[in-house]
Amino acid sequence: MDLTILYYLIPSLIMFCCGVYGFITRRNMIAILISLELMLNSVDINFVVFNRFLFPGDMEGMFFTLFAIGLAAAETALAIAIIINVFRVSENIDVRDITKMKY
Amino acid sequence: MQPVIPIIILALPLAMFLVLGLFGNKMSHRLAGVLGTAGMGVTMVLAYITSFTYFFSGNSEFFDAETHTRLQAVIFNHDWLSFTDSLVIRLGFLLDPISALLLVVITTISFMVHLYSNGYMRDHHGVWEKGFQRFYAFLSLFSFSMLGLVVATNIFQMYIFWELVGASSYLLIGFYYTKPSAVSASKKAFIVTRFADLGFLLGILVLSFYTGTFNFTDFTSSEVAEGVYAVNAATAEGIKNIFATSAAPTFMGASVLTWALVLIFMGGMGKSAMMPLHIWLPDAMEGPTPVSALIHAATMVVAGVYLVARLFPLYLMETAALDIIVVVGALTALYAAMVACTQIDIKRVLAFSTISQIAFMMVSLGVARPEFHHGLGYMAGMFHLFTHAMFKALLFLCAGALIHAIGSNDYTAMHGLRKHMPITHITFLIGCLAIAGIIPFAGFFSKDEILTATLGHSTLWYVWMSAVAGLTAFYMFRLYYLIFWWKEHKVPEGHHAPHDQPWTMTLPLVILAVVSCVAGFVPMGNLVTWNGHEMFDNVNFFTNLAALDWSVAGISLAVAIAAIALATVMYKKENPMPEKFKNALPNLWRWCHHRFYWDELYMFITHKIIFGCISKPIAWFDRKMVDGTMDAFAAITHKASYAIRGLQSGNVQMYVWFYLIGALLLGAITAICLL
Repeated sequence: MDLTILYYLIPSLIMFCCGVYGFITRRNMIAILISLELMLNSVDINFVVFNRFLFPGDMEGMFFTLFAIGLAAAETALAIAIIINVFRVSENIDVRDITKMKY
Repeated sequence: MQPVIPIIILALPLAMFLVLGLFGNKMSHRLAGVLGTAGMGVTMVLAYITSFTYFFSGNSEFFDAETHTRLQAVIFNHDWLSFTDSLVIRLGFLLDPISALLLVVITTISFMVHLYSNGYMRDHHGVWEKGFQRFYAFLSLFSFSMLGLVVATNIFQMYIFWELVGASSYLLIGFYYTKPSAVSASKKAFIVTRFADLGFLLGILVLSFYTGTFNFTDFTSSEVAEGVYAVNAATAEGIKNIFATSAAPTFMGASVLTWALVLIFMGGMGKSAMMPLHIWLPDAMEGPTPVSALIHAATMVVAGVYLVARLFPLYLMETAALDIIVVVGALTALYAAMVACTQIDIKRVLAFSTISQIAFMMVSLGVARPEFHHGLGYMAGMFHLFTHAMFKALLFLCAGALIHAIGSNDYTAMHGLRKHMPITHITFLIGCLAIAGIIPFAGFFSKDEILTATLGHSTLWYVWMSAVAGLTAFYMFRLYYLIFWWKEHKVPEGHHAPHDQPWTMTLPLVILAVVSCVAGFVPMGNLVTWNGHEMFDNVNFFTNLAALDWSVAGISLAVAIAAIALATVMYKKENPMPEKFKNALPNLWRWCHHRFYWDELYMFITHKIIFGCISKPIAWFDRKMVDGTMDAFAAITHKASYAIRGLQSGNVQMYVWFYLIGALLLGAITAICLL
């Protein structure tokens, strides 16, 4: 049995959908952050897979993935910093209670 | 001539303005007054040196001994703003007969006024008026501007200083800025003259657009040596040819040159208060009286006459423009003289008399032709400018002394002052005799020359102007008798009897009175002529007397004496005759008393027609259409954002929903399009 591209893309899609679902439904901001990571990683898988299957001689997809992982790390640090600050202000990290950022 | 003295003449008043204007409040009143007066005194001496050098030194740059011609010397001409090769605005110093004459007139009167104001600008207890230093600063600014105007080498420099004198006139009329009438008078003066200056500017632009130059010497003269010019009709002829051979030589039936000259004259009409732009001058009397003497009698208001004289060779090329000047001048002279007969404010009588006398000068320039006695009218106009400056400044300063003593402008509060104020009485009488044209006072000679020149041009205008001269004598003596005679002076309870003023005020009166007695003997025919040629071969003190045309002089003298006799009969002692006169011609009296309703006419035109029919619709359009469009944009944005602001709920996950749905929709649309 050949491992076709679909074997990679379908789990990646499931991962992405889980991420979206979690992002929309979870209330805890840490959980939302984890969902976000899930989406990012599924995209990273796509990059690697497409690179491997479609342009086996090139390395751009790999590099892009490494770059994205680096960016994701920085972004996570930033997000956690924000969450900590929110917690300091309101003793609470439920996203639905953070409603001050409206009109 | 070295440019040092001319530069100081201009720089010293300007420096005085800066010093008094910036540091005046830090110095005492007395120091400010002394400083201003001393500065003007030095300027006067330097101006005398310059003028006397010009007229009497016989230097080859000033005088061509072979042809007995006075030349125009450009002492310096500094490139101030050079935009392109041909468009250069220069500031310079042009010395020629009329600018040398005006240097003397301006600095003399200005010095007298500076001296006089030391006494006038304080009350009976010696308390200085508020803003005394500011007053002197403005006087210095005015003197600087007026000197810069008369020595201008080019028409643009003249325009710059022309506006500067207008601005200083505005500042001085509105000197008592807490008085609403003074404020509105200053605004009126500024707006009316500014409106006239629009014409002046258009004239300058037309003239310089066609000729490519601003320089006076390029319009009227030819160069005879480095920086030395002689008036040359051929140059003016050349200018006329430039216009005649241009692509569009005529506009609306008149040549473009005529249009340019008439537009320039319009600027002169505004400054010199010719009808119908005269309405600002009577109101300008709201300023302090020394200001009226300096600006609104002797110097600034003759700037229009000076302007025409400056471009006279060009005006000669277009006699249509000169004819317009004659008509405007003659109508104004009669109008102002008639109005002056009925005014009760002493300064307004003098103001209308000034308008009338300036109109005399305008007529004189307008009738001047080289064919008739070498342009006698030009000389006469300048002569009258000179003598009028002296005796009208004298009359105004006398009026100031009277107002200072009585505390009112209204002569009904005066009457019978001759015993109380003898010096003022005698000097005022001399001024009246001079303006009435009684031999041997100054006005007799100049007015006689004007009438002679007018007779040489047309009999109609001669008769007209003689009648106006008679009216002049009548209203001046009416004023004189009503102030100093009529009935005994009643001192109001609790007041001091009026008395002559301190020496700072009487000295200028005496000096100007002496000048008014002898100024008529100045042999002006050898000093100031339109092309610089001397009129007489040799001159002495009695040249003017010997040159009189007694057929004209005798008649004008007879008219003046008759008018004075009439005034004597009517006004010397209290009697009902003036009242009867008034009742016999009620309509004429009313029209004259209300100045022929010119102000009401202007009010009607500006308020009813311009404001009502033009300004109001424009304001409506601006408020409703222009502003309305902008307001509508703002209102729509406001309303719409208010309506949709609920979407910004602060619930972050809602935003994600929107984003997701949007992204899916876009993806679906893209997919549909691609399939």
